[in-house]
Amino acid sequence: MLTQEKQAPTLPETDTVISGSQALLHALQVEGVDTIFGYPGGAIMPIYDALYDFEGDLKHVLVRHEQGGIHAGQGYARASGKVGVVFATSGPGATNLVTGLADAQIDSTPLVCITGQVFAHLLGTDAFQEADVIGITTPVTKWNYQITDATEIPEVLAKAFHIARTGRPGPVLIDITKNAQLQKFNFQGYTPCDHIRSYRPKPIVRQEYIKQAADLINSAQKPFVLWGQGVMLGSAEQEFKAFLEKSGIPAAWTIMGAGALPTDHPQNVGMLGMHGNYGPNVMTNECDVLIAIGMRFDDRVTGRLDKYAKQAKVIHLDIDPAEIDKNVKTTVPVWGDCKETLPLLTQLVEQKQHSEWLAKFREFEQKEIDAVIREELFPTSAEMTMGEVIQQLNELTQGEAIIVTDVGQHQMVACRYAKLNQTRSNITSGGLGTMGFALPAAIGAKFGAPHRTVVAVIGDGGVQMTIQELGTIMQSGIDVKILILNNQFLGMVRQWQELFHERRYSFVDITSPDYVMVAQGYGISGRKIDQREDLTNALQQMLAHPGSFLLEVMVTKENNVFPMVPQGCSVSEIRLK
Amino acid sequence: MPEQAPIAREEHNITVYTENHIGLLNRIAMIFSRRKINIDSLNTSPSEIEGIHRFNIVINETEEVVSKIARQIEKQVEVLKVYYNTNEDVIWQEMALYKVPTDVIAEKVKVERLLRENGARAVVIRKDYTVFETTGHREETDNLIKILQPYGLIEFVRSARIAIIKDSDGFNRKLREFERTEPGHEVVENEYLNSREKVFTM
Ligand SMILES: Cc1cc2nc3c(=O)[nH]c(=O)nc-3n(C[C@H](O)[C@H](O)[C@H](O)COP(=O)(O)OP(=O)(O)OC[C@H]3O[C@@H](n4cnc5c(N)ncnc54)[C@H](O)[C@@H]3O)c2cc1C
Ligand SMILES: Cc1ncc(C[n+]2csc(CCOP(=O)(O)OP(=O)(O)O)c2C)c(N)n1
Repeated sequence: MLTQEKQAPTLPETDTVISGSQALLHALQVEGVDTIFGYPGGAIMPIYDALYDFEGDLKHVLVRHEQGGIHAGQGYARASGKVGVVFATSGPGATNLVTGLADAQIDSTPLVCITGQVFAHLLGTDAFQEADVIGITTPVTKWNYQITDATEIPEVLAKAFHIARTGRPGPVLIDITKNAQLQKFNFQGYTPCDHIRSYRPKPIVRQEYIKQAADLINSAQKPFVLWGQGVMLGSAEQEFKAFLEKSGIPAAWTIMGAGALPTDHPQNVGMLGMHGNYGPNVMTNECDVLIAIGMRFDDRVTGRLDKYAKQAKVIHLDIDPAEIDKNVKTTVPVWGDCKETLPLLTQLVEQKQHSEWLAKFREFEQKEIDAVIREELFPTSAEMTMGEVIQQLNELTQGEAIIVTDVGQHQMVACRYAKLNQTRSNITSGGLGTMGFALPAAIGAKFGAPHRTVVAVIGDGGVQMTIQELGTIMQSGIDVKILILNNQFLGMVRQWQELFHERRYSFVDITSPDYVMVAQGYGISGRKIDQREDLTNALQQMLAHPGSFLLEVMVTKENNVFPMVPQGCSVSEIRLK
Repeated sequence: MPEQAPIAREEHNITVYTENHIGLLNRIAMIFSRRKINIDSLNTSPSEIEGIHRFNIVINETEEVVSKIARQIEKQVEVLKVYYNTNEDVIWQEMALYKVPTDVIAEKVKVERLLRENGARAVVIRKDYTVFETTGHREETDNLIKILQPYGLIEFVRSARIAIIKDSDGFNRKLREFERTEPGHEVVENEYLNSREKVFTM
């Protein structure tokens, strides 16, 4: 602990002799990094030693496990739109990052992870805490690189940030041997990178495809927009809204895209996919032109591919050429950053209102309300449902909070029902579905968006995967609201066992500790409720509490998330029960 | 996969221009292994441009699979450009070395004739063995194994395939484009877009 405020060193003149570690930290300063999530160890000690002097500029959050560190980095990046930075030591420190790297890679989250490595002369000798980190992380990084000489540090770091944040973002890992961290060299300044000759972050936009897309849209009777996280990754929320409002097309979202358009926008018709809304799934197989914007047709969204939107002409706006025709064959590929392509398209589309077509979605919505939603949000049963908790939360936050979810039933319920007024308000592990994501990601989200309320919605299974991060909350004093929806089961797996394995509940019955007591042990206030009459009051207490608060809500044990597109079925075979 | 029409696999030659970067071979190889695709032949070598490496990879897959793989490779940060071609579109060669007992060749005139007919060239002649070399297509180099087998072939090795694309004008001019901050249309990934009609018939 530092006793007095220290002034962080300023960027040295060129031709100053500094260490590799100092060069690294100066690079972070120039890149505008304000927060680092990390955990020290032998092979990264020189960097931590240098960090001691930079404390005034670079806030370091000491996590309790490197997986927690990288999920926090992800939460930070997703909430702020900036690059998340993570430090870990060699060997076990680095291997603990792997789950988070895979998660960030599949969810396109920009990260720069720095790992310490053994001395260069020891590489390949099975040295203490040596692991082939470059080998292990290659398939789960956008780019990785091992530095063995300090003179490489400025240029490689500049590349790392450029690669992480541009194009389709992703995680980058830089492994730095201890000798390079210690090595003194003649610092030649730090120049951020804006071009790598072998790397083209964005394809060139082709006007002829914009034109073809606009023609298709203008002649469509039943056009339907599907949007995904790409809208947020491209910071194209305004451009997207302008396109929608001019074209009048109904639009549905993937869970990674949730919030890019406010929940109550009149053209927002809901969620796509396995646990998405009824209308959007059915209409996918009825529309005549399908316009996919910044989404990658994940199998949770498409269901059975050979029965997916076969009747429709497909327009796909994506920045990554490898996504075009990967899962769904496109009629018109609109390659490029949607921040650029959407305005071009908006110019060419006719001002329209598809009121009748939109009304059809609302008819389906009504059916879904009658069959599922009303009972979920306003249950007549004695026990509480997850949906009513989210509904009450909406009432109290008015849709202004950042909702971070873990993985499972509560995730689907939170994504389906959370009201989101702003972009970057729904943070979840989509592609990898990593249980244990929410608690550390919520910590990171709060650091990334300190003025917003952050609520982590977590199951009783997932919270036990990274519960040690309560220690990070305790030490950093950060304000995160932890809402545990306890159904005493690994609910999502139990649901599948009920529906597809004849109710053979094999190892899904999970016990919990006394969470309130655990929280107390970490100096965090908490409360547990199991009666509906306490719900509003408890949520109010949680939100009003100065600082972190843990609220455990006991919910029905055997509730199922519906609607559902069973695996291997087409989206039009969506089941309401 | 349900009800898919029988698919035509074919040998494809994938040519990859890359930066010379440690670990890139691994990154590229993983794109295949992750999809359980066997690499039939892999050669890496310098290209006509200093500092730029060239991979020649041969796989036996449908054009649809090959084109998706090609995009995944081109997506890697250190990869400049990927082309894929069927055998008709490339000139290709493989080299083979054969070690045979020298006394057999010396004694059997027939062997010498067979070697000559197959374009084999002696690389090393020692008292105990002789090493021959041939260059050609797979069938040609294979053929000579069969021929030499009865005469005590001691050792055989064949190189990976190298291939030149018939209608390529090299990479020099393209590289200069890449070096610009805003590379022009021509070199950017529209290769696939241009051939889209041909590649993806719906
Ligand atoms: C238990 C569980 C259940 C799930 N159920 C569902 C479900 O019912 N419904 C659902 O939707 N998801 C569901 N998911 C999530 C699902 O697995 C995928 O993660 C999600 O569908 C992917 O959403 P996406 O394609 O929008 O985002 P991403 O995977 O992040 O893809 C973003 C796309 O946008 C592109 N892009 C990036 N930047 C730009 C830019 N600037 N311009 C243009 N394009 C850009 C990228 O190239 C990429 O193609 C579930 C996950 C779990 C764990
Ligand atoms: C790390 C990890 N292990 C296993 C799984 C498989 N899995 C998906 S959902 C789920 C159950 C989650 O249970 P819980 O956290 O209690 O949430 P609930 O579904 O009950 O809301 C499991 C085990 C996973 N997604 N991630």
